[in-house]
Amino acid sequence: MLADKDRIFTNLYGTEHWGLEAAKKRGDWDNTKALLEKGADWIISEVKESGLRGRGGAGFPTGLKWSFMPKDDPRPSYLVVNADEGEPGTCKDRDMMRHDPHKLIEGCLIAGFAMKAVAAYIYIRGEFYREAEALQAAIDEAYEAGLIGKNACKSGYDFDVYVHRGAGAYICGEETALIESLEGKKGQPRLKPPFPANVGVFGCPTTVNNVESIAVVPTILRRGGAWFAGLGRPNNTGTKVFCISGHVNNPCNVEEEMGIPLKELIEKHAGGVTGGWDNLLAIIPGGSSVPLLPKSICDTVLMDFDSLKAEKSGLGTAAVIVMDKSTDVVKAIARLSEFYKHESCGQCTPCREGTGWMWRVMERLVKGEAEVEEIDMLLDVSYQIEGHTICALGDAAAWPIQGLIRHFRPEIERRIVHRGEKRTVAA
Amino acid sequence: MPTLTIDGKEVSVEPGMTVLQACEAAGVEIPRFCYHERLSIAGNCRMCLVEMEKSPKPVASCAMPAGDGMVIHTNTPKVKKAREGVMEFLLINHPLDCPICDQGGECDLQDQTMAYGRGSSRYDENKRAVEEKYMGPLIKTFMTRCIHCTRCIRFADEVAGVPDLGATGRGENMEITTYLQKTLASEMSANVIDLCPVGALTSKPYAFEARPWELSKTESVDVMDAVGSNIRVDARGQEVMRVLPRLHEDVNEEWISDKTRYACDGLRYRRLDRPYIKVRGKWQEAEWTEAFQHIAKKLKGMDGSKMAALAGDLMETEAVKALKDLMTGLGSPNLDCRVDGARIDPRSRAGYLFNTTIAGIEEADACLIIGANPRHEAPIINTRLRKRFGRGGFKVGVVGQPVNLTYGAEYLGAGPATLTEIAEGKNAFSKILKGAERPMLIIGQGALARADGPAILALARQIAEDFGMVKEGWNGFNMLHTAAGRVGALDLGFVPGKGGRDFTAILEGAASGDIEFVFNMGVDEGDLSALDKPFVVYMGTHGDQGVTYADVILPGAAYTELSGTWVSTEGRVQRSLRSVQPPGDARENWTILRALSEFVGEEKLPYDTLGALRQAMAADAAHLNVIDQVAPAEWGTFGKAGKVADDGFTSPIGDFYKTNPIARASRTMEECSVAMRADSEGATGTNG
Repeated sequence: MLADKDRIFTNLYGTEHWGLEAAKKRGDWDNTKALLEKGADWIISEVKESGLRGRGGAGFPTGLKWSFMPKDDPRPSYLVVNADEGEPGTCKDRDMMRHDPHKLIEGCLIAGFAMKAVAAYIYIRGEFYREAEALQAAIDEAYEAGLIGKNACKSGYDFDVYVHRGAGAYICGEETALIESLEGKKGQPRLKPPFPANVGVFGCPTTVNNVESIAVVPTILRRGGAWFAGLGRPNNTGTKVFCISGHVNNPCNVEEEMGIPLKELIEKHAGGVTGGWDNLLAIIPGGSSVPLLPKSICDTVLMDFDSLKAEKSGLGTAAVIVMDKSTDVVKAIARLSEFYKHESCGQCTPCREGTGWMWRVMERLVKGEAEVEEIDMLLDVSYQIEGHTICALGDAAAWPIQGLIRHFRPEIERRIVHRGEKRTVAA
Repeated sequence: MPTLTIDGKEVSVEPGMTVLQACEAAGVEIPRFCYHERLSIAGNCRMCLVEMEKSPKPVASCAMPAGDGMVIHTNTPKVKKAREGVMEFLLINHPLDCPICDQGGECDLQDQTMAYGRGSSRYDENKRAVEEKYMGPLIKTFMTRCIHCTRCIRFADEVAGVPDLGATGRGENMEITTYLQKTLASEMSANVIDLCPVGALTSKPYAFEARPWELSKTESVDVMDAVGSNIRVDARGQEVMRVLPRLHEDVNEEWISDKTRYACDGLRYRRLDRPYIKVRGKWQEAEWTEAFQHIAKKLKGMDGSKMAALAGDLMETEAVKALKDLMTGLGSPNLDCRVDGARIDPRSRAGYLFNTTIAGIEEADACLIIGANPRHEAPIINTRLRKRFGRGGFKVGVVGQPVNLTYGAEYLGAGPATLTEIAEGKNAFSKILKGAERPMLIIGQGALARADGPAILALARQIAEDFGMVKEGWNGFNMLHTAAGRVGALDLGFVPGKGGRDFTAILEGAASGDIEFVFNMGVDEGDLSALDKPFVVYMGTHGDQGVTYADVILPGAAYTELSGTWVSTEGRVQRSLRSVQPPGDARENWTILRALSEFVGEEKLPYDTLGALRQAMAADAAHLNVIDQVAPAEWGTFGKAGKVADDGFTSPIGDFYKTNPIARASRTMEECSVAMRADSEGATGTNG
């Protein structure tokens, strides 16, 4: 349970104004110059010590990622902030950008300075029209006040921040597809290697980070990496904003300590499952891309990267989708399959063809119009896609189905048998 | 030199090579669809996945740079499963078209399914279908078969330089299209048909015509331009069905131009298949002996100075040699092969060759193009120039007509005035040439087929010398020919003898009556109306302009119907093999001349076999029997300094698709010509 004094996002619900004056009162932009003066090496080592792991879904150690940027390269470096927030169930970055944008902007400056970047590009999804407006207004305020731009915060470092709006593709949340889209091309992921730190936006060294990852950096530096590392568990440190939606009495975003038990998270902050905890069927703990967990596991599992991985799921973006017993879980996963089929960019064979195939089989499984053997065939097909694609969308399409079959196979079989019975009776 | 282990075998490769290239070097076959050596890496088919130790997922070998110490496995169950998986995915939306698909028998998908596929499909859902797209008269599209390898997009963008193809839509709705339903505006467009691994892009003229196993494949050489592209002629029985490229790294790599590929249907139409004699203004069929006697009667008692001979664009060296010997035997010095009126100076071989060689273009760092349009005169050479341009550090300047060459060539001016400026060092491009390590120039027939041609040639020679284009290990002086037979004829000395008339003078003599007999061997270009007056024997393959002014027609064989030697614009001697027989009563060209020599002249020609003729050829020019070599030519004097005119250089090529009789007889070329004109002039459907 997170104590209020350890909270980073103090205006997540927009109860106070997003503007510069109010942000300053909340502690943003407080002597940023001093932080910059401590030097890039200090900043990176503090972030490394904090144990901050990427908040965009993959959970890659942020300090380590920043250290991949070249120290001595004639090309300019760039920071790209991934504000695409495409993962179904996720809505945390939205609140951060419209209610507390200055945390993000200050974070951009500090992170950019640490990796010797000349500018930050914030790629915000096209659907976030008002949020982009608010963000741009905050950036304008920051330029006005000399906090960014030439001689940012009077530190002698020049740094620009640009907002770039997307146009409605989930795949543009993938870091290399995002870079392609930023460059004006089709949002199709690139092959890695070469990695963005080597060849990124405009062919220059680039780091792509999630909004939350960047927005927590100023606070980490002010309070110290050790403070952040003191929260949560080893290797899963700090706080996280959880997005709880679905069959709960009070769907909300809430910042909590990493490793909070799932049950506690839902009961304390989201008003509990509709109809009581025993009415719970399954939860998807980290956005639609991670496998679901049945109630039996939800009873005891902790919400952090390693605990969920041990249960064959993942923390992802910490978008908690709660499903109670009124849910048709097969239909729910079929709808997710339709999402991945729709969002597949079409570049590589397994995803382009496979997502459509899986969706079509899932639709039949919803109605039980299949043979029992096809469940294993579907599982096999999902393994054929997983790991064989250019980007992780293929994996993301495969995992929900694997989760469903792992935990709800009897339900799928029941429908098939039931349908068969109905047919025999009709005849 | 990274060393890696592939299936237990150690192999060292050049730094920068990929794992797939390393596997090929190790002799391990990796299946692939999207990878192509001459295109950028796409890595999207996922067929080339291999297992790499220390990597949790399989890696795409076509994209993974080979690293020192890597351990790669290509024959594990995981790799097998991955390949089967990808194959299965490709086939779930692929239509069951094999029986009606032209690619059957030479289809990558078929071959790789047999080798790496599952054997049966588990897919029970609906397959998607895609609308056909229009890409011009050459490319037939069945986009439902497309597997989205994007080879065609990358080719059009990178090699051909026309970014007309792209993919619209997302996911399984992705479609490769020109979107604007326009013809692919490139003369190299049909190479995508070879590149497409499935039957999505096939040959429209060849649609539903034949299966690859029915065809006899013969290695030959192209004569549609002077590049000497290596081709493979596929024939069924005695009919040439299609022409495909043959690999030659130093000439055409893997490409051929659209004209090379598709003019072959012109071999079927308007063919001269028997001898004809003009009797009282009307054509009468004749036997060979009759025709020869008719010619002999005319020549009886005629002085050699009144006779002339012209060697045309497509003629092989064997025929040129035989004609030269025949005419020399008759005492005529009036021979010329420069039948476009180009003032080529035959004195120095280096003065009429593409000395840098086509492959050598890749070493150049500056290029001045004078009176040439390489895009239409030699698309293969233009492709090579574009390839060099894409690497950076290569400046190209054009003097002549402003054309879009598909790369950033700078337009400097229209004609001799600009050229003089450059020569005198007063043009900005002069500095570029001066500063270049290996500059080159390309002079085309458009700069030479004019009265001041010798002066232009001399000016070009001066530029070459003054700007360091001729030095040890580098000769940047290049003449771009448009005719396949030109260089060979020049090498054999088919030019005016002592006191002889050149092409222009022959025509003047014909008009004035001083020339009474002309042997026209395959000349059909330009204005030949002067040939109306004299007695003309036309030896050729098609009823084109040449027969209009002929009195005797001797039907010859086209390039696919004989084994011939041609010397390309580079000076590369190449030899073809015969694919099919000439139609009707037509014969091989040199045999006609040999037979004719029994009726006219003092002695018959001294060779009875092709081999003997080739020996005699080699006696005139030793290199003609050394095949596929480019012997560097020694620099010499050529051209004649003098006054240059004001008018700008114009390309000798009007319509790219109609530059020789075979192309003009071709229905496909006519369609292409119409399509290109429609695109450029914006036909609305109510025109004409």
